Amino acid sequence: MAQTAAPLVRAGDTPMLDFERPVVELERKIEELVRVSGGATELHPQIALLGARARELQQKIFAELTPWQKVQLSRHPARPYTLDYIERLVPDFIELHGDRRFADDPAVVGGFGTFAGMPVLVVGHQKGRSTKEKVQRNFGQPKPEGYRKAQRLMELAARTRRPILCLIDTQGAYPGVDAEERGQAEAIATSLEIMAGLPVPIVCAVIGEGGSGGALALGVANRILMLEYATYSVISPEGCASILWRDDGKKAEAAAAMKMTATDLLRLGVVDEVVPEAPGGAHRDHDLSARNLGEALRRHLAELLLMAPEALRNDRYQKFRHMGAFVESGDKAAPTPA
Amino acid sequence: MAWYKREDREDDLSEEKRSVPAGVFTKCPGCRAVLDTDNLNKNHNVCPQCEHHFPLASARRLELILDPGSFVEADATIESVDPLGFRDSKKYGDRLRAARRVSGGADAVRAGSGRIEGTPVEIGVFVFEFMGGSMGSVVGEKVTRIFERALERRAPALVFSASGGARMQEGVLSLMQMAKTSAALGRLREVGLPYISVLLNPTTGGVAASFAMLGDVILAEPKALIAFAGARVIQNTIRQRLPPGFQRAEFLLDHGFLDKIVHRNQTRATLASLLKLLGPRAQS
Repeated sequence: MAQTAAPLVRAGDTPMLDFERPVVELERKIEELVRVSGGATELHPQIALLGARARELQQKIFAELTPWQKVQLSRHPARPYTLDYIERLVPDFIELHGDRRFADDPAVVGGFGTFAGMPVLVVGHQKGRSTKEKVQRNFGQPKPEGYRKAQRLMELAARTRRPILCLIDTQGAYPGVDAEERGQAEAIATSLEIMAGLPVPIVCAVIGEGGSGGALALGVANRILMLEYATYSVISPEGCASILWRDDGKKAEAAAAMKMTATDLLRLGVVDEVVPEAPGGAHRDHDLSARNLGEALRRHLAELLLMAPEALRNDRYQKFRHMGAFVESGDKAAPTPA
Repeated sequence: MAWYKREDREDDLSEEKRSVPAGVFTKCPGCRAVLDTDNLNKNHNVCPQCEHHFPLASARRLELILDPGSFVEADATIESVDPLGFRDSKKYGDRLRAARRVSGGADAVRAGSGRIEGTPVEIGVFVFEFMGGSMGSVVGEKVTRIFERALERRAPALVFSASGGARMQEGVLSLMQMAKTSAALGRLREVGLPYISVLLNPTTGGVAASFAMLGDVILAEPKALIAFAGARVIQNTIRQRLPPGFQRAEFLLDHGFLDKIVHRNQTRATLASLLKLLGPRAQS
């Protein structure tokens, strides 16, 4: 589904969402004040006061974020992407390329490196930062070869008994003629089946957008983590609005109705843990957000490493086996009203 | 009952109608012929002139495919709830009630056990009339149980899919059904029991991107629409005209994603042969 970019207000070099503006403007004033004060101590109390006010304002705004605002944060152009986390958490990462069938898909990155003192496979969706890189990475929307590369690397990790970490950040699998011709549906489906059967620990984290089947294809894990302002849904709010409301302007309503925020998913029992982001969102401090994510990944991985291969497969099977909500009556004649 | 039922032209993707022929006469969207609806019904809703496959109700599909009297329905009392309290222009609860009324069924798939020329199978048939055959928790659960029953009873599995994809009204829980069903299928595959997937018009989205495209053998009805992303979404993305026959069964066969396109009147015979060739071997 084609998505409209979040409405950005541009001030200087920093892309900014409209609800971030009051805080960022206040911070600009503080910087200005620091600059003009030139180290003069008489302005320090005032600067400290303004700093406290900025933090307070941010807390207040972020405590009352709507689901749609969280969607915007999950798509924030300055948000850390998969390679930003890898750079901070897996310094000796070696990226491996290609599906050995057709091509290398730059919208999915994968490779091995050391995490928490052990060799692991990391696979994730990758969006681009510059316009050129965005195009090269197809805006983080994988084609079948991206999923087939992930399958190849995951099967290698399974054979060599390496744990797998998956970072999810895509608006969805690419809806294009070439992707359909090469079997987008088959590629995603096969990823789901393969991941379900792997005998090694799998931890995934939704770090930005968890867009539908294209996200889930890296998400069949023993543990599912989600960053505080990440989203995960069956369809984009724009897509849902255009189908169910017949009006893609109703995206905010759709975002609320679909219950797609991290806290919603925790409540629905889909997500195991919500990982806190830097105050004001992960894009405000890539290092802090990466440390938080690293800590959570390490903790879950440590628990899973105690389990035998068959137990890991079983654990993953049971996790997804219990997802869903329905009623079942033993008596055919008396259906339970919804 | 309408005196005259017009079907939209088949090449008009966005407006393609799915209703079962109901009037005294039905116009064929394939060849524009005006057909006697009784004759059409006798031919299992296939146009006798151009072989256009009209939709076929799930009960009639089961009759056509299985040995007479062999079907034992399972899990008929699983019903959808409204886990999100979802409401768009209508409440999800109201949509469910309306769908139950229209389809006469509890949800978008019927499941059970039966036999095809004596071979026991675990079978599922989608009910497209129920909210476009969309997969929510109930569909996911019933399909998962088909694979689990097949494993337990050492029987092949068979699913006739017709679905617009995941059911938006159950949000991410619908999405998770893709993983749940595919995981269950993985277990069946590990013990070497075959799963035959038959794709009907249309099979798209989250159903295509899970168990429907995972068949050990994948069959499809002629001209069935089979896709991950819908034509309109693709057109909005690439802003180009789509190639002729795009995402039709014949297109998928050409690209290597189907084993065989089978005429509705040949399906039972084809399945019977495949089950004999691939099913569990009789103890001798």
